[in-house]
Amino acid sequence: MNDHATPQSSPEARSGIVVRGVHRSFGDFVALEDIDLEVKPGGLTALLGPSGGGKSTLLRIIAGLDYPDSGTVEIGGRDATFLPPQRRSVGFVFQHYAAFKHLTTARNVAFGLEIRKRPKAEVRDRVRELLELVHLEQFADRLPSQLSGGQRQRMALARALAVQPEVLLLDEPFGALDAKVRKELRDWLRRLHDEVHVTTLFVTHDQEEALEVADEIVVISQGRIEQVGSPAQLYDHPANEFVMSFLGPVTRLGGVLVRPHDIEVLTDERAGAVQVEVTKLLRVGHEVRVETRAQDGSTPWVQLTRAQVAELGLVAGGTVWLRPLVATPFPADSSRTPEPVPA
Amino acid sequence: MDARVRRARRRTTRTAWVLRLVAIGYVLGLVALPVVSVVQHTFADGLAPVWDVLTSDDFLAALRLTAVVAGIATVLNTVFGVGMGVLLVRYRFWGRRFVSAVIDLPVSISPIVVGVALILVYGTYGWFGGALEDAGVRVIFSVPGMVLATVLVSLPLVLREVVPTLEEAGVEQEQAAQSLGASAWQRFWRVTLPTIRWALAYGVALSLARSLGEFGAVRVVSGSVAGESQTLTLYVNDSYQELGADAQRQAFAAAFVLMAIAVALIVVIAALRPKEERS
Repeated sequence: MNDHATPQSSPEARSGIVVRGVHRSFGDFVALEDIDLEVKPGGLTALLGPSGGGKSTLLRIIAGLDYPDSGTVEIGGRDATFLPPQRRSVGFVFQHYAAFKHLTTARNVAFGLEIRKRPKAEVRDRVRELLELVHLEQFADRLPSQLSGGQRQRMALARALAVQPEVLLLDEPFGALDAKVRKELRDWLRRLHDEVHVTTLFVTHDQEEALEVADEIVVISQGRIEQVGSPAQLYDHPANEFVMSFLGPVTRLGGVLVRPHDIEVLTDERAGAVQVEVTKLLRVGHEVRVETRAQDGSTPWVQLTRAQVAELGLVAGGTVWLRPLVATPFPADSSRTPEPVPA
Repeated sequence: MDARVRRARRRTTRTAWVLRLVAIGYVLGLVALPVVSVVQHTFADGLAPVWDVLTSDDFLAALRLTAVVAGIATVLNTVFGVGMGVLLVRYRFWGRRFVSAVIDLPVSISPIVVGVALILVYGTYGWFGGALEDAGVRVIFSVPGMVLATVLVSLPLVLREVVPTLEEAGVEQEQAAQSLGASAWQRFWRVTLPTIRWALAYGVALSLARSLGEFGAVRVVSGSVAGESQTLTLYVNDSYQELGADAQRQAFAAAFVLMAIAVALIVVIAALRPKEERS
């Protein structure tokens, strides 16, 4: 159910990233523990996990901004473990943009090309092309301080793409932006990747961002990879309770973890249903959150539409029966699996 | 608009007016009056005598020596300040805080003490003085000693301007440059230096002003021989202590020149300050 870094793709890994046995600790704190990861060439992969889980450390190790205690990093089929960042052919985008404040947008984008001493005409054409790609052509002569956060991040992305890196690494790229701009940039990054096809790995702690943008998600927590798979695989077939609860809303019904929208509400008792008392009906936008209390003291909640609530005639204080709509992906007693998920 | 609103919004109350007058009076008495009196004494007999002083051999020699000493000292402090700034901000090493504190020491102790200390180390009977003289290098009572004294009294001025800017800028811009292929040298010239340029310019101007005006430490190590080891400040002092109208005129003319340079530097500094704050 999960395609944990399948080794057979490694020989023809054109511009993919292969991480093997990477370990990194800071003093007593183990940031990464024996990480094995293969990022597919041309894909858009998300490193998803809670803060302090080690995902940024892994990204920085791939970029060469940090080095592993042990293990190797391969980029585009070459061993890059001890290459300095400037020789890795990696584009890096920082959460806080890291714009060169003294240079205009165009000069920022041109930076890598100027370092490589490309002919002036070529630099000019390439910069124009990239500014069009990120929709900043009319801001070419502005300084970063005259741009909004979203514009700065698009500039940073164009700057990283200018040198045609083999892989593009983004560290919480939309983390510093407000919700609306964030959503716009997500869609935009998805479309941009469809155009450019550069192997992209981005770090995020926002599961919605990962589910919406990525082809493949790598869930990392406490320095270990919990699961690797497509957004649908991870959402529908989480390997353990941690992945399930990190990827979306969960509630506990009869001791089993379920998604609150995968619960059937019944007005009479049937096999496998749990009897509960409705304690509260909470309107959240277009949906209704039905809070209940079971006889064993647990408080499962169900996500319904307004129409469903009206149809069932739910009121606070009423008694209903709840039944999971889908089979639970793992046994009720499986707490967080400590060892790597079996393939 | 309601009169009460206007009264409530009025910022300049009577207390404010009194405070303003006190401030203006204080600055006038302390700064403006002495400055005006120097100008007045300088030009009391018209332009011709001033011109004579400004073209005299001793004055020109002092001006040249001041330019050389202050120039070298400022260049050394600039290189030291930027290098040390990068070292202190970007690297964590054992003894870092100690080094940082020691750099501030020479400006906090009296320049006379700095001068005396230099003689104790580099004088003929000092720790290295004898050996250096055997090698043909004369430090004390010579230009190297004066440069050393000047460097010491203005040691941290560039550094202290550069450090906060480097700290605020962080390392990400440099890391971004690195991932774009820039070598250490390219990162310094294309990213670090432009980032700190206004703070650096401000520090250099401050350092230059301090170096040009240095008297105490240089006095001790120079010997102050007219035309040879006399900087402008020493020239002012020595002339002023001589008797006679000519000597007084020399002192005032040279003092005027020092003041004019200081004013020019203040204008430069004032022009640089707001730019730095904006960025």
